[in-house]
Amino acid sequence: MGAFSFLINSSIGKKIIMGITGIFLVVFLAVHCFVNSLIFVNDGGELFNKAAEFMAHNILIRTMEIFLFLGLIIHALQGMNLTFKNMNARKVKYYKFNGNANSKWYSRSMGLLGTLLALFLILHLKHFWYVSRLTEEITSGEDTLFGEMKEVFANPIVVAAYIIGVISLTYHLLHGFQSAFQSLGLNHRKYTPFIKSLGFWYSIIISVLFAAMPLAVHFGWIK
Amino acid sequence: MSGNMNLTLKVWRQKSNKDKGNFEEFKVNDISPDMSFLEMFDVLNEQLISKGNEPIAFDHDCREGICGMCSMFINGRPHGPKEGITTCQLHMRSFADGDTIIVEPWRANAFPVIKDLVVDRSAFDRIVSAGGFVSVNTGNAQDGNAIPISKNDADIAFAAAACIGCGACVAACKNASAMLFVSAKINQLAHLPQGQPERMQRARAMVHQMDKEGFGACTNTGACSAECPKEISLVNIAAMNCEFVKANVVDSHE
Repeated sequence: MGAFSFLINSSIGKKIIMGITGIFLVVFLAVHCFVNSLIFVNDGGELFNKAAEFMAHNILIRTMEIFLFLGLIIHALQGMNLTFKNMNARKVKYYKFNGNANSKWYSRSMGLLGTLLALFLILHLKHFWYVSRLTEEITSGEDTLFGEMKEVFANPIVVAAYIIGVISLTYHLLHGFQSAFQSLGLNHRKYTPFIKSLGFWYSIIISVLFAAMPLAVHFGWIK
Repeated sequence: MSGNMNLTLKVWRQKSNKDKGNFEEFKVNDISPDMSFLEMFDVLNEQLISKGNEPIAFDHDCREGICGMCSMFINGRPHGPKEGITTCQLHMRSFADGDTIIVEPWRANAFPVIKDLVVDRSAFDRIVSAGGFVSVNTGNAQDGNAIPISKNDADIAFAAAACIGCGACVAACKNASAMLFVSAKINQLAHLPQGQPERMQRARAMVHQMDKEGFGACTNTGACSAECPKEISLVNIAAMNCEFVKANVVDSHE
């Protein structure tokens, strides 16, 4: 076996792939959150619509979109593969397992949180990506993305689903952000405390902003 | 004697690897809080033997926390409720009178049960034989400071070398991953001059053997390090990841 295929097929190589794609998705989330936060300018979605228009037509952004989907798919498939492999490494389970004594519940539940996120993403892509990219609704000027947001978030069940999605994201990030750096072999007492607190605040801020969007639109806090 | 404890034990019994196994309940009375957990098991086994029953098989050797033989998954945690100790260093004062204590063997596909609480940890031996050695002739023990090693490297190597190979990391990990053990063994030699000639092959060979033994992969929950009786740090796993990537990307040996 060549060195490279040996590397990516090993247990360490697999978690490194999770780490690299994870950090890539973290960067995407920051951009996504920033652009969407433009609705809080409260100008009837004018600035947000302009940004959305730019994101939908800029060639660089559209190219990155392909890599984003690739990264997401690799992260999800590799995560699934690892989760099943790891579950099978202990066929006879413990009668009593006190995991909370030595680790956080969400660090042990990344597979579950990831599954919830995947389900949320199906809904989310259908609501916005499908409508803005694969239908004429927005390009034809018939509707704006902000208008679409108002329409989607009018339904309280959808808002609740989005909140559940965001909560899953919070915990997924709380573990995932710092875990990615550990997988990439970056653990040093000089900078690891910084990475950990950056990861913590990143997860909290991103989640609060994302959760505020459907709530603000639903309750008409922004017009 | 006053202050002594009466306890109920639910212990895993399994005749052999082929047997299905089940929990068996025992009462032990008048246990001194100053006994170690293993001494309490000795008392229980004496009781069983005097009644003509089969004693419970469990691993133990030095009984001073340095051999790594004693195991036992006690009330959901390897080596019981305390941090930084082995089961032989766990005292009965960590429990209360009237407690029911659940005792299970390490659970992992790579650690099959031999009998009762004894599991086969030879997977660790095979990982070490795959690369956890130096093949230069190091001669007799050197005089102190004859080989210059920086204090920092000596400390890291020494901390990693504290690993006693007990398997608590595997037992505690939700993935039954052996990465803390393997990383300690790799890192201990990576920081010493004697370990340099085979440094890259070592990382490749040991990780390869680890994967072959059927241990899970690491998801960085940190349970291993939290339960390690020698408090081996997670930094070792990060360092192993680096070593392994370097060994595959930079190293010219096949």
